[in-house]
Amino acid sequence: MSAAEPLLRVEDLRVEFPSEDGVVHAVDGISYQVHRGRTLGIVGESGSGKTVSSLTTLGLTRRQGASISGRILFAGRDLVTLPEEQLRAIRGNDIAMIFQDPLSALHPLYRVGRQLAEAVRAHQDVSKATARASAVELLGLVGIPDPARRAEEYPHEFSGGMRQRAMIAMALVNEPRLLIADEPTTALDVTVQAQILALMERLQRELGMAIVIITHDLGVVAEMADDIAVMYAGRIVETAAAPLVFSEPEHPYTWGLLKSIPTLDRPREEDLVPIPGSPPSLIHPPSGCHFHPRCPYAQPEHSRIDPLLVPVPTEPSHQVACLLEGDERRRLWAALRAGRTPEQALADAGETGALA
Amino acid sequence: MTGYIIRRLLWGVALLVIVCALTFVVFRIFPTGNPALMRAGRDPTPRLVAEIERVLGLGKPLTVQFWDYLKNVFLHFDLGYSYYSGESVRSLIAERLPATISLTVGAAVLWTLGGLGIGILSALRRHSLLDRAAMGTALVLVSAPEFWLGLVALFLFAEDIGKWKIFPGAGSYVPITSDPWKWFTSLIMPWFVLASGAAAVFARLTRGSLIETMEEDYIRTARAKGLPERQVVRQGVRSAFNPIVTLLGLEIGTLLGGALLIEVVFNIPGVGKLAYSALLQSDFSVIQGTVLLAAMFVIVANIVVDIAYAYLDPRVRYS
Repeated sequence: MSAAEPLLRVEDLRVEFPSEDGVVHAVDGISYQVHRGRTLGIVGESGSGKTVSSLTTLGLTRRQGASISGRILFAGRDLVTLPEEQLRAIRGNDIAMIFQDPLSALHPLYRVGRQLAEAVRAHQDVSKATARASAVELLGLVGIPDPARRAEEYPHEFSGGMRQRAMIAMALVNEPRLLIADEPTTALDVTVQAQILALMERLQRELGMAIVIITHDLGVVAEMADDIAVMYAGRIVETAAAPLVFSEPEHPYTWGLLKSIPTLDRPREEDLVPIPGSPPSLIHPPSGCHFHPRCPYAQPEHSRIDPLLVPVPTEPSHQVACLLEGDERRRLWAALRAGRTPEQALADAGETGALA
Repeated sequence: MTGYIIRRLLWGVALLVIVCALTFVVFRIFPTGNPALMRAGRDPTPRLVAEIERVLGLGKPLTVQFWDYLKNVFLHFDLGYSYYSGESVRSLIAERLPATISLTVGAAVLWTLGGLGIGILSALRRHSLLDRAAMGTALVLVSAPEFWLGLVALFLFAEDIGKWKIFPGAGSYVPITSDPWKWFTSLIMPWFVLASGAAAVFARLTRGSLIETMEEDYIRTARAKGLPERQVVRQGVRSAFNPIVTLLGLEIGTLLGGALLIEVVFNIPGVGKLAYSALLQSDFSVIQGTVLLAAMFVIVANIVVDIAYAYLDPRVRYS
């Protein structure tokens, strides 16, 4: 499967927005690919550019005055340069998207069934009755009980989980080949989150589509993703198969993400370690490695050198953009995993090996 | 829903009674002039004045007068008789109503269509030349009083006194039944002048409202579904509609007030003109009649708007 041409291949994508304070570098040269039937998880804090890159895939940042460069190859066509009308034919048809807050993402004044039916009719030349029938069928497929009646209701009459199911149904009416899910479970209760993720996995198996799931929640990607790309300040800082990211993370930012989530199997006396500082400005991103102001292990020269996303020697599919030496990273992570704080880990690494 | 409508209607009636009481207090209790004296003609004898006061019931206690008035209004739709000409107020108003309806309905259509159209275009081409020009003009029109605009329009475009003799001037109104074309041309200037202020408010509100809704998540969803841009805009307009409908109800009152001024400036024999003459003559029953009519229009319009609002927005329907 992986030898074949990927369904979606993003190459050196850059998205910039003009703003009153200066140019916002929302996406700063990212590359990734998604194969048929696979799931890519894009992880990062808010403002890391993960949503913008996905909206750009659908051409939805064009009208915001974004300047876009790079290539987004979908089934052989470059979506960056595709004329609007052809892009519209792909949106909601070959590539569908679901959003974080299903209440605000559904039109409050139209019945749910109608909103699904119009998605059908935007791409298929069918009668209203036929579109309506597929709308009801899809609502049933995503587990909404009594779909014919619920189709007549308005979004505010649905519960949060039901709304997200309706959103998913709406995304799937045209059987897309790629589904982009932007924080699909963030606005939902934990138990409902699990249901929605299970639903997406089931539908992926049944329909064979590829999924890009965007989230800040590592639990969600652990559950869903085959591959993971970690984004920071508009760049991908680490990408690998999902198990590798959890077992052998290479980037200090990924370490920070992993150490800042509460887990049940860690001893309670062990403190969570938040990443210090706040996400950087995308108008004036930090020089050199964008993460260096928040990185406990940064060296003075890291503020001058731009790290490249390069393969880890032992595993070519695992790529990381970090200026630390590979051996040292391994020692630091070993110390962190043993429950040390970043300062202790740094001291340990300094004793056992030479810092650059 | 039915209960809601019934409650609203009852409230409307209560409001009308309050309006009656207010006009009664303002025009009968506060001293303005003795209507009997005005009715009696030149050099009246005290006996004649006393006789007229008796016929008009002006000697009765005020509470009795008010009660009689309410009974007549609500049970018989009888608004009394003009102190001045002795004609029934109801028929005085009925005679003049067509002219006022011609003026106000035309202006309301013009302002709604004009305001919505300009507002939508401005919102979709934000910061364009068209947007700037439209919003600049709107600001001028919002600020200009209607009677002044009316006079300016007459001085510029009236056939008799205008600089460019294009439209029929003041006093050219004829009923639609006698000459539809003349009716139409004579109302062009009044329509535009009366509509201008409200159209400007509407255009600005529509623009702001639509700009806001086009930023909503569900508009992004509509685009992500691959809907054609026309349909996307339609969904935005549909949401932008609610505040506009609310304003429509509020502007009915402004419309009637404006109609009075416009009828005076353009010498249109409508209810506003009637009210204006009645004011000058202290013709209380006519004033009360016209005020009551206007109040009824505003109340009914607002009930209609509230019901329309519940129909337009499913989220308020059941609360």
